[in-house]
Amino acid sequence: MTDTVSIVIVSHSPEVASGAADMVRQMVGEEVRVAACGGNPEGGLGTDVGKIMEAIESVWSEKGVAILVDLGGAETNSEMAIEMIGGARAEKIALCNAPIVEGAVMAATEAAGGSDLQTVKATAEDFQS
Amino acid sequence: MSEAWQTGSAVIRDATGLHARPAVKLTKLAKRFEARVEIRREAGETWINAKSPSAVMKLKAPHLARLEIRASGDDAPAAVAALRDLIDRDFDDSTEG
Repeated sequence: MTDTVSIVIVSHSPEVASGAADMVRQMVGEEVRVAACGGNPEGGLGTDVGKIMEAIESVWSEKGVAILVDLGGAETNSEMAIEMIGGARAEKIALCNAPIVEGAVMAATEAAGGSDLQTVKATAEDFQS
Repeated sequence: MSEAWQTGSAVIRDATGLHARPAVKLTKLAKRFEARVEIRREAGETWINAKSPSAVMKLKAPHLARLEIRASGDDAPAAVAALRDLIDRDFDDSTEG
C-alpha cells in the first residue's frame, strides 16, 4: 500500500455516498482508499457520528484523511467525529468545503499523486465545474 | 522562462473530448514526473499545469483538438512522450464518461 491521503464521503443518503465512492474508484483507481458513509442508524436519511468515525478508521492513513460532505448535518457530525477521534489523529483529518462528488474525484486524483493533506484539500476546494 | 522546453502534441480522439475520466488519467500520469508539465488546447492559448486536476478538468478540450504539451526538467522528454502516447492511445478508454 503506497502512502496516500484517504478519502471519506459522508452523505445523508447511503446511495449517494457509495455512488460517489464508485466514481472515485472507477475514475481514479484503487490506489487511494475511499470509504462511503451515509444514513442514520435507523436506516433513514441522515448522518451518524459513530458511522463517520468508523469510516475514517476503516481507511486511516498517517498521511491524512480528507472528508467530503453534502449538507449541514453531514458537516457538523463530521466535525464531531473528528473531535471525538481527537489527539494527533484529528490533526490529520481535513473537512473539505467542496461539492461532494466532484470534490471526491478531485481530492482522490490529487491524493493519487502522493500529495499531502493540505494540497488534497485545496484541490477539492479549488474545483468549480 | 530560460529553461528549455520539450514539446509535443497529440489529437484528442474521444468523441466527447477531454472529459472527466481522461482528464484524471492525464493528471495522474503528469504527476509521475519531476518535470514541470503543461498543456494547452491549441497554439496561442494559455499553458496550464498538467498536474492540477481542476485545471485539466476545466480545460474541456473538444473532440479533435490538438493538445499541445510542454515539459521542463530532467525527465521532460519522457513526460512529453508519455502524455502524447496516452492521448494517442485515446486514454485506453473508448467509453463515454
